[in-house]
Amino acid sequence: MLGNIAGLYMRIEELLNHTGEWLRGTGPSAHIVMSSRVRLARNLEAWTFPGKSGKKDLEAVLKAFGEAVNRISALKGSTLFQMTEIDQVDRQLLVERHLMSHEHASNPEGKGLLVTAEEVVSIMVNEEDHLRIQVMRSGLNLSEAWNIINTIDDALSRELNFAFMPSWGYLTACPTNTGTAMRGSVMMHLPALVMTKQINKVLAAISKLSFASRGFYGEGTQASGNFYQISNQVSLGHSELDIIQNINGLIRQVIEQEEQARQALLLQNKPMLEDKVCRSFGLLKTARIISSQEAIELFSMVRLGLDMGILQHVDHKALNELFIMIQPAHLQKIEGKKLNAFERDTKRAAVIRQKLGRSTNID
Amino acid sequence: MTCDICGKKKATVHLTEIVDEQMSEMHLCEECARQKSSQMEQQFGLADLLAGLSDTSKPANSKESDKNVLKCSRCGLVYEDFRKFGRLGCGECYLSFKEHLTGLLRKIHGSNKYLGKTPSRHLENQALAPAEGAPALLSSDDLSDLKRQLQSAIAAEDFEKAAILRDKIRNLE
Repeated sequence: MLGNIAGLYMRIEELLNHTGEWLRGTGPSAHIVMSSRVRLARNLEAWTFPGKSGKKDLEAVLKAFGEAVNRISALKGSTLFQMTEIDQVDRQLLVERHLMSHEHASNPEGKGLLVTAEEVVSIMVNEEDHLRIQVMRSGLNLSEAWNIINTIDDALSRELNFAFMPSWGYLTACPTNTGTAMRGSVMMHLPALVMTKQINKVLAAISKLSFASRGFYGEGTQASGNFYQISNQVSLGHSELDIIQNINGLIRQVIEQEEQARQALLLQNKPMLEDKVCRSFGLLKTARIISSQEAIELFSMVRLGLDMGILQHVDHKALNELFIMIQPAHLQKIEGKKLNAFERDTKRAAVIRQKLGRSTNID
Repeated sequence: MTCDICGKKKATVHLTEIVDEQMSEMHLCEECARQKSSQMEQQFGLADLLAGLSDTSKPANSKESDKNVLKCSRCGLVYEDFRKFGRLGCGECYLSFKEHLTGLLRKIHGSNKYLGKTPSRHLENQALAPAEGAPALLSSDDLSDLKRQLQSAIAAEDFEKAAILRDKIRNLE
C-alpha cells in the first residue's frame, strides 16, 4: 500500500553504507558553511491537522500521500517508511541523519517518512503539519535547495489539495509558520568567532534581525563544536525568494566576520593555533574512549585546521560523515547490538580511528 | 567542571542566554538543567507568547463571554485552547478565528500580507471559475493579492502560472 514497505528493513541497514549528499563537504563557502536546508509545511484541506486527528484520519492522510507520491516522477525511487513498522533504534537513526525530528520518532502512530535516494529530500507525514518537506544541500546553497523543493511542492500540489488562503498563504498548525510556511537554515562552523570571543555579538545581532540560531543537532539543542544553525523566523510579508535572499545576505556577513577572525588568529598566535589543531587530530587518531561532546569539539579543530591549510590529507567528507556516525543509534547499528554508554564511548573511538586512519596518508 | 547551580555534580549541559543583547553562559548538571528549562518554558513558552499576543489583538467590542464560546465550526477547537496550546486544529480555524488571528499574525511576522507562491490546484480553480460563469466574488483586496502572486510567479520564472494570473487580473479589471 505504501511504496517499498517490503524492502524497508533492508533500506535502513543500507543507509549505514553511505551518508547524505549534503555531507560531501563541497559547494559555495563550504569552508564555513557545512550545509543548507529549506523546509516547507503543508496541510491537506480535506483533513484536520494531525494534532486534532485520530488514528483513522492520520492513516488516511498517509495513504493519500503515498498514492500521490506514486504518481510523481520526481519522487521515483524514494522509500516511504511507516513509523509504526520500525523499531526505536531505527527511528533514532533517521533522526540522527537529520531526516526527521525527535518528535516524529517519539510518537510513531499514524506517522510516515519519505526519503529519496541520496537523502536530498525527506518528507515527514503527520508531524505537527500533514507534510513537512525538507531539502538539504552541501555548502551555502539555499537557492538550489529552494529550486528542488519548489518543484516537488508544485508536483504535490497538483495531486493534493493544500489548505491555503490567498490573503494568508499556506495554513499551518502553528501561526508562526503561516504564510510561505518556509524555513531556510544554514549550518555554520564559526570556531574563530568563538575563540576571539566575538560570537556573542554576532548571535545577538542575528536574533535582533528576527533570525534564530540553534545547535548542530536541531531544535532545542545548544551549539556544540562551534556549529550554529541560523534560520529565518518570519514567513509572512515576504516571498520565498525574498526570504532566501535575506538569509543569504546575513550569512555572507557572518562568513566575512569568521574569515576576518581566522586571519586575526593566524596573525596573533600561529604556533598556538597549529598546536591546538594538531593535538586535536592526534587525540582523535589515538583515543580509545571518547564522548560525543569531546569528539565534536576535536572535529571542529581538525576542520578548522583543514580549512586554514594547517592540516592536509584529511578528507572533508570523511570528517563530516563522522558527525553522523558517532551518534548512539549509528554506533549500535554498526555494532549490531545494544550498547551501554561506556561501550558506545569505546565504539565511537574505534569508528573515528578507523575512518581517520583510512582517509589520511600521514600517521 | 561542576554545575553552576548545585555546585556538586558534573556540568554536562551548557546554556547560553541572550537578554537585551547581553549574553551569559551557564554550565549545569542534567538535573539542574531540567529544572531550569521547565522554568524557562514557563517564562517564554510559545503558548504564553501567543496568549499574550492574542490578548492585545482582541476586537474592542468583543465580550469575555463571547470569547469563551468562540469555537471552530469545523474541528470544534475552542479559541481558549488555541490560546493555551498555541496550535490550530484545521484550515477552517483561520476563518473561525479570523478577527483574532489578523492581529496575531501581524505581531508574529511584522506583516499579515501573503506574498508567496500559490498551489497549482488553487490557481487552476481560480482560473476556471469565470469560464464556468460563476459570479465574480473577488474584492479589490483579492485583486491586489493576484497582482502580488503574478509578480512572484514572474520572479520564479513560472510563466505558465504568470499567464493564468495575468488573464485573471484582466478579467477582473
